[in-house]
Amino acid sequence: MTHKLAVANLNAYYGQAHILFDVAFTVAPGEVVALLGRNGAGKSTTFLSIMAMVERRSGTVLFEGDDVSRLPTYAIARRGLGFVPENRRIFADLTVEENLMVGRQAPRPGAPGWTPETLFALFPNLAEMRKRPGGRMSGGEQQMLTIARTLMGNPSLVLLDEPSEGLAPKIVEQMAAAILTMKREGLAIVLSEQNLHFARLISDRAVILEKGRVRFSGSLAELEARPDIRDAYLAV
Amino acid sequence: MQLVFVQFMTGLASAASLFLVASGLSIIFGVTRIVNFAHGAFYMLGAYVAYTLTDRFTGAFGFWFALLAAAAIVAIVGCLLEMTLLRRIYQAPELFQLLATFGVTLMVQDLVLLIWGPEDLVGPRAPGLAGAVEIFGKRIPSYDLFLIALGPLVLAGLWLLFHRTRWGVLVRAATLDRSMVAALGINQKWLFTGVFGLGVFLAALGGALQIPRDAVNHGMDLRIIVEAFVVVVIGGLGSTTGAFVAAILVSQLNAFGILVLPKISLVLVFLVMAVVLVVRPWGLFGTRPPPAQASIGMAVRPWRPLAPGEIAVAAAVVAAVALMPLWLGHYALTVASEILIFVLFAASLHLLMSVGGLASFGHAAYFGLGAYGAAFVVKAAGLPMLAAIAAGPLLAALGAAVVGWFAVSLSGVYFAMLTLAFSQIVWSIAFQWVDVTGGDNGILGLWPDAFAASPAAFFWLTLAVVTPALVWLHMVIFSPFGYALRAVRDSELRAEAIGIDRRRVQWIAFVIAGTAAGLGGALFAFLKGSIFPDVMAIPTSVDGLVMVLLGGVETVLGPIVGAVVFKALAMWLISQTDYSKLVLGAVVVALVVAFPKGIVGTLADWRDRLTARRGAGPSDAEASADATAAEPPAGTMAPAPSPATVAGRTRP
Repeated sequence: MTHKLAVANLNAYYGQAHILFDVAFTVAPGEVVALLGRNGAGKSTTFLSIMAMVERRSGTVLFEGDDVSRLPTYAIARRGLGFVPENRRIFADLTVEENLMVGRQAPRPGAPGWTPETLFALFPNLAEMRKRPGGRMSGGEQQMLTIARTLMGNPSLVLLDEPSEGLAPKIVEQMAAAILTMKREGLAIVLSEQNLHFARLISDRAVILEKGRVRFSGSLAELEARPDIRDAYLAV
Repeated sequence: MQLVFVQFMTGLASAASLFLVASGLSIIFGVTRIVNFAHGAFYMLGAYVAYTLTDRFTGAFGFWFALLAAAAIVAIVGCLLEMTLLRRIYQAPELFQLLATFGVTLMVQDLVLLIWGPEDLVGPRAPGLAGAVEIFGKRIPSYDLFLIALGPLVLAGLWLLFHRTRWGVLVRAATLDRSMVAALGINQKWLFTGVFGLGVFLAALGGALQIPRDAVNHGMDLRIIVEAFVVVVIGGLGSTTGAFVAAILVSQLNAFGILVLPKISLVLVFLVMAVVLVVRPWGLFGTRPPPAQASIGMAVRPWRPLAPGEIAVAAAVVAAVALMPLWLGHYALTVASEILIFVLFAASLHLLMSVGGLASFGHAAYFGLGAYGAAFVVKAAGLPMLAAIAAGPLLAALGAAVVGWFAVSLSGVYFAMLTLAFSQIVWSIAFQWVDVTGGDNGILGLWPDAFAASPAAFFWLTLAVVTPALVWLHMVIFSPFGYALRAVRDSELRAEAIGIDRRRVQWIAFVIAGTAAGLGGALFAFLKGSIFPDVMAIPTSVDGLVMVLLGGVETVLGPIVGAVVFKALAMWLISQTDYSKLVLGAVVVALVVAFPKGIVGTLADWRDRLTARRGAGPSDAEASADATAAEPPAGTMAPAPSPATVAGRTRP
């Protein structure tokens, strides 16, 4: 088993609309891969397809060597494949501690283990508002909470959907630092981003999506050397 | 003063059971988004099972054990129902969920009759609580005091469960965002089953706790479910605290209504509910519900008015029907008239639920109002039959205008519960206001005028009234108003953005549907020669829904076909078996699970498949129909079988 996650021939549909076309990429253990592309390129759909959260899809998703593409969402999550959705989706009426409680899973051998206390150390802002309902937190705090909540499941790989979206520059820095800490703990991460600068801070490799197809796959250094690709698929 | 105090205590004691039932309903809805119509049936089952168990286990320990065991047994039955039936329909439109659970209610009614017999059963007194305590010089039953204390205890227990246990926190999380809970590794299947079991346990306990107070009887399921609907509408669906406060409110209104307005005590509750809905549409403690799945949500084949050739066919059908008196006997003609009347009833409901997307569970009220209206005109004003048939629907229109004004401010399950509650109020007025309506004895002697006295003549009269009404309803569907109504159904926001006043359009549709139903009711009064409150009870409303569903909720002609088939089947069934509700309930459940497109919808599918096979290529209609109905093609991954995938929060 060389790959933590290997996605191949992934196709996804919303009703009659074909969204993803044979998307394929791999993630090595402990590696951070940036999934780049403009709005609507299919980044979120790729994550939702991996998690079995779209209406209809086809293809294979190998996680730690096992095909998880026929499993229901919860069973995929139970294997240690964590998912942090875009637009946060925290439980607004639940307190910070209760949100974390929902994400809790048993410790997993070979994956970094987290407790509320270690997560409060990772995101100190959260430690000060343990009893606050999620709905009464700022966007940045909610983003931290949604990541912390997924980490409570002690995943060995996390799909992070646009963690820097809509955050103030200062919070983005904190977020990048937290993700680097997660990486140091040995967590493999797939990060979807529109913000190339942010992706550059933390990623080892990049996969570029456009209109539901993979247009580029390689190291960030290779991407730096190809401004044409950057202009064609990333520039706004 | 003392009387007021006694009534107050009685009201508080009654509130306990009502709270248990309503909170169970609320909890189940919160997580599964299903309004469990069968909740009243579980309440009744709890009472019956407790009756049997208290018979076996006597003594103080035996009695309390029996109550808890009864609730537990019924909860297990509830879990089995959830696993076998509800899991199949979590993704179905809410109308189907309501109907399926109503089907279960019907089946339970006959099963209870089979197991426990038709008599009211009087359970034992609670050991140690059989006496009374003197407060302010009045003797208050000590069991009532126990119930009064129990309500807050259960509320506190539920609060602890939902805030101090992980399971409870998961339930609250699932109430907020089901698919996110799944993405965090929680198997919702068992969460749903557990929640359903808890809700049913509460309902059954509520029923079991009633046996020392009231005789166990067959009417208790529908009575409690209507009250529970009123409670959750007032308190806010999904809120346990709301259920508690509203249960006390409703019970007190009932207790004092008897003192103040003995004839029409339920009107008080109705007035309070109306006020609450105007001030807070989602109840005292409720929050705006997440956007519901549309009442009819499967691919709708594009509708079109009848083509000239089809109009000729329809005219030929009417002509053939008009010739039926030539070869049908008297009884068959009476049956045929009744079927025609229910065709109109189903078509009027179709306008509301299929065209308007508003599934009314109380449409019988307007049918009944039309019938009573006609009866009043004959009895009070002494006018002839035709004048009565013309005037009867006016009362229905008036009733629909009042109820509709409140009802259209809500949609989805709230609309269904509200229309049901209103129809029960109309029913109870007819039942209680004996001076005017004759109460249970009804109004008799409503015979047709001489020219329509023979079954054949009355049949022709019915046909002459029903046919133009159907044509008119058809024209309404394909008028600009009908398009606006469908626009509002399909997307409230977009419709309002192009200047359609949603509430006004839906209110007008409600009045049109109510008036057309009232016309059917007026004919019905003269067909039967009498009118009783039962004609506007829940079963008639549900019959209408089943007719539309059987015919095909997404089709234009569905209600006509559905009404003919259903009415003929139901009449035949009643003549064949004493347990027609059991069969009917099973048919309803089977329809929802296995045959949701109805007769016309399925025929249209076959026709499309045939034309496609002939090489004509799939039409747009078929393509869109298949998109949602068809299984994924071979070789694709099946979507996860959990409800997570339908939460509709995903986006490209």
